[in-house]
Amino acid sequence: MTKREFCAELREKLSGLTQTQIDEWVSFYGEIIDDRVEEGVSEEEAISAMGTVDEIVMLILREVPLSKLVKEKIKPKRRLRAWEIVLLALGSPIWLSLLIAAFAVAVALYASVCSIIVSLWAVFGSLVGCAVGGVAAGVFCFCFGFIPSGLVFIAGALVCAGLSIFMFFGCREATKGILWLTKKTVLGIKKCFVGRKERA
Amino acid sequence: MDVQLKRGILDVCVLAAIKSEPSYGYKIIKDMQPYIEMSESTLYTILKRLESAEMLTVQSAEHGGRLRKYYHITGAGLKRIEDFKLEWREIMSIYQFVIKEDRKDD
Repeated sequence: MTKREFCAELREKLSGLTQTQIDEWVSFYGEIIDDRVEEGVSEEEAISAMGTVDEIVMLILREVPLSKLVKEKIKPKRRLRAWEIVLLALGSPIWLSLLIAAFAVAVALYASVCSIIVSLWAVFGSLVGCAVGGVAAGVFCFCFGFIPSGLVFIAGALVCAGLSIFMFFGCREATKGILWLTKKTVLGIKKCFVGRKERA
Repeated sequence: MDVQLKRGILDVCVLAAIKSEPSYGYKIIKDMQPYIEMSESTLYTILKRLESAEMLTVQSAEHGGRLRKYYHITGAGLKRIEDFKLEWREIMSIYQFVIKEDRKDD
């Protein structure tokens, strides 16, 4: 791949960002390629050392805030004609409600996944609470001579303590998982906003 | 490593790389390579952030028949490095305390 081809592909796959942003990113990468070539490597080697264009686009997207992408996407590329404004206004009860519904579904889905994590941590907390409470109740029973009840409480406390240890690792992994999923989702959403040529 | 902490460290690393003389993108990455791996896109974002914080300025100069962007450190950038050195001394003393306490337990 030559520098020209690389820059053209990068430019195309970044469409969705502002023209200034695209120019700046492409010029920055172009300059890096020139500097690598100046060190004695071929243009192709210089480009492949940076990774594929898709990998670079993903790296760039990680650095660009989602709000900026959305703002750029919803900004009209040209002045809307009168009939387009009328159509938008008349259709708003449909498209606006659909948009709000889609947004609400996405938020609800995410909130439900988060609530599962919160409930897992709540179970962990209650197990720890039961373990501490069980030990306290067991000691109390022993002090007042209720030996069998004390033993039951202590055994229960030990079971809860054991379960809470397992639960802790499970909760930690689940939390890590949701954070990873969030990052991937945001990156996926960002990807939807770039790489599609706007129709004139 | 904590994201905010890492971001702050990377900012100072880039500032340190242009402290002695103005530098350009590829050279900054190359100078930092023995100490920290950084992708071109991460560097670009840091450079933009530092530029908007007025810690560096960008000037294009001709080099080998083409224009190359050189990054110059400003007074605010130099101050950031000095602040970081002071902050780091504090962090190092906390680190020494943590290690000392950790050894007591062993």
